[in-house]
Amino acid sequence: MKNRLARIGLFIISLLVFTAIFAPFLAPYDPTDQKMEEGLNPPSPEHPFGQDRLGRDILSRIIYGSRISLGVGIVTVGVSLTFGLLIGSVAGYYGGLVDQLFMRIIDILQAFPGILLAISIIAILGPSLNHVILALCLIGWVGYARIVRGQVLFLREYEYVVAAKALGAGASRIILHHIVPNLLAPVIVQATFGMAGAILAEAGLSFLGLGAQPPTPSWGSMLNEGRQFLLVAPHLTTFPGLAIMIVVLGFNFLGDGLRDMLDVKSAD
Amino acid sequence: MIPYIIRRLLWVIPVILGVSSLVFFFIHLIPGDPVELMLGESAEPADKAALREELGLNKPILQQYTQFLWRLAQGNLGRSLHTHKPVLQSILARYPATLELTFAALCIAVIIAIPVGVMAATRQYSWLDNGSMFLALLGVSMPNFWLGPMFIILFSINLGWFPVSGRGGWNHLILPAITLGMAMAAILTRMTRSSVLEVIHEDYIRTARAKGLRESVVIFKHALRNALIPVITLIGLQFGALLSGAVITETIFAWPGIGRLTIEAINKRDYPLVQGCVLVIALSYVLVNLFTDLIYSLVDPRIRYEK
Repeated sequence: MKNRLARIGLFIISLLVFTAIFAPFLAPYDPTDQKMEEGLNPPSPEHPFGQDRLGRDILSRIIYGSRISLGVGIVTVGVSLTFGLLIGSVAGYYGGLVDQLFMRIIDILQAFPGILLAISIIAILGPSLNHVILALCLIGWVGYARIVRGQVLFLREYEYVVAAKALGAGASRIILHHIVPNLLAPVIVQATFGMAGAILAEAGLSFLGLGAQPPTPSWGSMLNEGRQFLLVAPHLTTFPGLAIMIVVLGFNFLGDGLRDMLDVKSAD
Repeated sequence: MIPYIIRRLLWVIPVILGVSSLVFFFIHLIPGDPVELMLGESAEPADKAALREELGLNKPILQQYTQFLWRLAQGNLGRSLHTHKPVLQSILARYPATLELTFAALCIAVIIAIPVGVMAATRQYSWLDNGSMFLALLGVSMPNFWLGPMFIILFSINLGWFPVSGRGGWNHLILPAITLGMAMAAILTRMTRSSVLEVIHEDYIRTARAKGLRESVVIFKHALRNALIPVITLIGLQFGALLSGAVITETIFAWPGIGRLTIEAINKRDYPLVQGCVLVIALSYVLVNLFTDLIYSLVDPRIRYEK
């Protein structure tokens, strides 16, 4: 069951990557092309997902929107993972005051519900997609750092690490060559769920008007625009929401499958 | 037990101080002149000077910080730039609505999650187990900012069962509470299932069965009592997620809570109100986590003895 779901997840993610890369070839129309006289038209053979307020083709905007979702996910997870890995391994390996300092910072950051901290950061810096990415990275590294630190604390007592130390290997060599390769399983699982979380968070913030600004075709901002026309044109809301749900489901399927395959318990 | 409670209570102090400090520095991280941003470039210099004075921005930063903490200790969060009412008063007026919504969402999540999780665990790998776990993953993946509008289209517009928005009787509460509680129900269902699965293979469950007890007694009296311990912790931790999730749900359903107040304050660049809202939500989260930890230590004595 889990393996099958993981394969479905992988298929959905591959489809997302393919759509994002080949968006200009797949989209039937220009996502910013306006036809005011056709505004709010329901789905039709020419426009399978209908048209928005400005007569733009919703299918084309969803296809281009995949670039935003995937881009935000990759950058957020990439940056958060790098910082989390660095801070977590340094805190876990050296322990003592360094560990205490980082752990207290993490405790304070975790005292904020994630999305609230992101909203606060964007409230300061102003609404934009770049600020959304920055906010998500600032809160994202914490989860990775916690997992990595826990794993390092456990791994640093292993004989092969002690042996490397006895052979005179430096801290950076031990961390990079002996510890990090052995803690990647839970980190990969966390990163898969992190992609789902980042895509959902970007869409949520754009829905609140804090993320991608018009005319950028982000799925969250499309939902926000559609909200005003819920009574007369529900298709504006239905399709971008379905796109978000399917992609997030894909990452969650894969994450679940990977957790079982790699036998990760600590990622919970 | 007492030393653990004291240690845990003492730990809250630096966290609250850290959270307050972070919220204090928000206003100083604004690029450019925050006063100009709040009042607009065309504002009169006298108005700018008055606001700078009111917010204390003309004083040295250390003095501003100590004054902020001192005012905070007295429950003074400043005044809203738009309504000129005390921030705390505006927040307290909206807070009950958010609590009502989050508690309703929590109840819905628990009512769905525990029976479904137990059923899934006791019938492991059956269609019921697979189906409920698939639905749980679907629930986690479904954004509440999409689910809410879908509920409005179906239940309010097409069927006319519930009002589209606003706060009033119980029928106003149903849709926002289900929207907010859905993801939590999904997470709790998965947790309940895995927790019950772990427990039902224990020796004392085998003993209970060997004594000839009915299966329902074995599951609900013996297994569930222990299986619920991690679920209770998760409920506490998820309560904070509900509080922040309320920001979106309240916006969709025009629910007059603190989440919507935060977004309104951001849109109006009412920074003292933003600071107040963020601080109150974060402090609520810290206190709920504290309460969860203390309850956890009561039901599981091993926790108290850990360092």
